[in-house]
Amino acid sequence: MSAVTARGLSKTFGDVRAVDDLDLEIADGEFFSMLGPSGSGKTTVLRLVAGFERPTSGRVLLGDDDVTDLPPYRRDVNTVFQDYAIFPHMDVQTNVEYGLRVKKVDRQERRRRAEEALSAVRLEGYGKRRPTQLSGGQRQRVALARALVNRPKVLLLDEPLGALDLKLRREMQLELKQIQRDVGITFVFVTHDQEEALSMSDRVAVFRDGRVEQVATPVELYERPASSFVAGFVGTSNRIGGEAAPRLLGSPGEYAVRPEQLRVVPAGSPVEPGELALPGKVREVVYLGPLTHAVVELDAGPRLTVSRPNTRTASERPLEASDRPVAVVLHRDSLIALSGPTEMTEETA
Amino acid sequence: MIVDGRLKAVLRVLTGLVLLVVYVPLALVMVNSFNVDRTFTWPPSGLTFHWWNVAAHSSGARHALLVSIEVAILATAIALVLGTLAGLALRRTRFFGRNVVSLLIILPIALPGIVTGIALNNAFRTMLGLQLGFFTIVVAHATFCIVTVFNNVQARLQRLGPSFEQASADLGAGAFTTFRLITFPMLRSALLAGGLLAFGLSFDEIVVTTFTAGPQEQTLPIWIFQNLFRPNQAPIVNVVAAVLVLVSTVPIYLAQRLSGDVVSGASGAH
Repeated sequence: MSAVTARGLSKTFGDVRAVDDLDLEIADGEFFSMLGPSGSGKTTVLRLVAGFERPTSGRVLLGDDDVTDLPPYRRDVNTVFQDYAIFPHMDVQTNVEYGLRVKKVDRQERRRRAEEALSAVRLEGYGKRRPTQLSGGQRQRVALARALVNRPKVLLLDEPLGALDLKLRREMQLELKQIQRDVGITFVFVTHDQEEALSMSDRVAVFRDGRVEQVATPVELYERPASSFVAGFVGTSNRIGGEAAPRLLGSPGEYAVRPEQLRVVPAGSPVEPGELALPGKVREVVYLGPLTHAVVELDAGPRLTVSRPNTRTASERPLEASDRPVAVVLHRDSLIALSGPTEMTEETA
Repeated sequence: MIVDGRLKAVLRVLTGLVLLVVYVPLALVMVNSFNVDRTFTWPPSGLTFHWWNVAAHSSGARHALLVSIEVAILATAIALVLGTLAGLALRRTRFFGRNVVSLLIILPIALPGIVTGIALNNAFRTMLGLQLGFFTIVVAHATFCIVTVFNNVQARLQRLGPSFEQASADLGAGAFTTFRLITFPMLRSALLAGGLLAFGLSFDEIVVTTFTAGPQEQTLPIWIFQNLFRPNQAPIVNVVAAVLVLVSTVPIYLAQRLSGDVVSGASGAH
């Protein structure tokens, strides 16, 4: 059974179609991410599910119930807001108890469940703190506890890690996933960070201009992007298409290939069966710590980014930009054939 | 801002001058309330508590003071209810003509008092057929008292943004519960600041009051105005003025402290 279903969902603001005839099914107990650039409609979908916006057309279902016409307070979902929206005039305990209090749960039960929720997010003993006394990460957890304490069917998270610094963000990614596994509630997670989406989700929907480009597991999304847009948005990818494709690859069409599938060898080196050697010159080298990126300009035109792990054997032959002829080697199987509209044509040849 | 030594000195002197211009006359009123001479000569020929004693027993002054306080309390109460409702409507809902309504609510404070006075005087007497008196003063004052409450409320609502109320709804609270538990507590200090300002505005209003009070009722400003140039009453007016100076520091002090506090607490959450 699906936890959340969107049927022909559309939302327009003035002339802008923020969400455009969307169909989506989110499975029960799933960690589902909605990924896309800003303005792609992902947050609007979240707000339509929460009930803060009414759709222009289409239906929203939670389980088997059509909730399209219900206000937020009659929907069995809870939201973790981007700015957390922790009530500033209440302490942590009162914040967490809020949902139970307005549902007239008795005081002792409230207290017990709030403490339970606070310990689930590892904030035992913080009940008496004021929101201003908390760090960003702690505030984020209070928001999470305040939502989870109600045991909603679905938890909606609107870029909840956006305000945290990188290190804390990584920690919270792991922790969120852990919490989701523990409580078994369906998480719908909005983000513009593809790495975040890939690392936490069971499935990811990639949004663009109010529509879903692809819904897939992280592995599928990365290894078999359905469109040129997905290939470009999720991870980095090189594009080979147009005139260059038949000349370099021997077949027409639009292809993507991931930088880590490529390697740079001196011109004329032997290659394995199934591999192609594309002649060119190294133009730029960028050292990234665990990786080095080299930009190779092919003699046929396109520029390809090649990524190489900085293992010891690799650093014995350092990459450097020069006019020395080299070849980029790739295996035919690593080519991703793209369908759909070809975007970002400036990167294709 | 970077200020060099000379500029600093100039600024100091200017600030001092401005404060002198404002406060020396006020101090003069205080001193004169103890002046033996009833024509306010300078320097005072002697000091006495006589006028304070007389003022304390002046039934005219005491009655006027009472009327002023009652009017201010009622006008402020009306302003608090209507100003809050108007602020919520304009900040939390969308409707056609929203900006026009906002402008219309704020306009009364910008209108010259004499215009408001004449307009209300006409409307009360001819259109509504009302006897001018206590009730008409309260209504007249409420028209501009609403503005200070409304302004404070809508500024606070804008600053807080809608997400606290959305979070409350998300957690299962209906509109009234959300207002009681979330919106109102976060508005409280804004309401207090707006209310104090409204009280102050009503308390010293004289122009509109002149046109809406009728012959029977006297507020304190009107009483002062009428007695200032009567030789027998002038010293008592000084005493009343001195008392008002002392009393008015309290709400201003409170308003200043309160309008800062809670907001910094709320915005500190980000």
